[in-house]
Amino acid sequence: MRTLLDKSLRFHHTAFNLQAYRQELLASNIANADTPHFKARDIDFGAALNSALGRVGDGSLAAVDLDRTHRAHIEGGAGAGAENFAGYRTEFQSAVDGNTVSMDVERAAIAQNSLHYEASLTFISGMFRTMGQAISGQ
Amino acid sequence: MSMFNVFHISGSALNAQSMRLNTTASNLANADSVTTETGEPYRAKQVVFAARQVAGTGPASVGVQVTQIVDSAAPMRMVYEPNNPAANAEGYVEMPNVNVAEEMVNMISASRSYQNNAEIMNTARTLLQRTLQIGQ
Repeated sequence: MRTLLDKSLRFHHTAFNLQAYRQELLASNIANADTPHFKARDIDFGAALNSALGRVGDGSLAAVDLDRTHRAHIEGGAGAGAENFAGYRTEFQSAVDGNTVSMDVERAAIAQNSLHYEASLTFISGMFRTMGQAISGQ
Repeated sequence: MSMFNVFHISGSALNAQSMRLNTTASNLANADSVTTETGEPYRAKQVVFAARQVAGTGPASVGVQVTQIVDSAAPMRMVYEPNNPAANAEGYVEMPNVNVAEEMVNMISASRSYQNNAEIMNTARTLLQRTLQIGQ
């Protein structure tokens, strides 16, 4: 059973984890900007968030969680990892060395993702403050 | 916590780029070194970058590693200098195969990449600091 605290924080907490994961992917892209044959990656954020929250498509239907009773089992259902939503970027300008990292695209994505991360933080902080206020009853 | 992995990823890139900058520096410094310890003229060195998953993390953390440093295969520069003691029978001196213009471009590219990665690390640091302030 989910507690009230868990329920109210779940959305932002999930988004928060995904943003941290995306930041990692984007940092890898920038780190490998000069590596031959490296292909830039990113995640489908909306789909990953919906899946992590256990929703499908329009957000109405709840997906079924699959239990993993053996370590060789494939992860599935609502708990599927963000890795499943990672894809390769389409390149705008091809490079001779087969690298598809476009520095301006990556920097823009990093700036956007950082801002979203900070927004999630602000929301979580605000929720804690609201709850604190409700508890203290003043 | 995945945000901490950013330090490993960008850190590996900083390491690789500074190595590239080092080879550029030695290439430029030795652009006119006719002999080395082996007696041969200096050969330009180039680093080889490869994407490597950071140890102990998921597939999202791909760092950079310098797998090897190779000698440039470019032909040596032959300069006609009959008075030079290193000159061959025809009066030509074998000079290093360092392309100064190419090295300068390499240097600018490496320093820009270094800056970029340092910036990403800074962003991650700020975000983590904010994370620590949750609930305060």
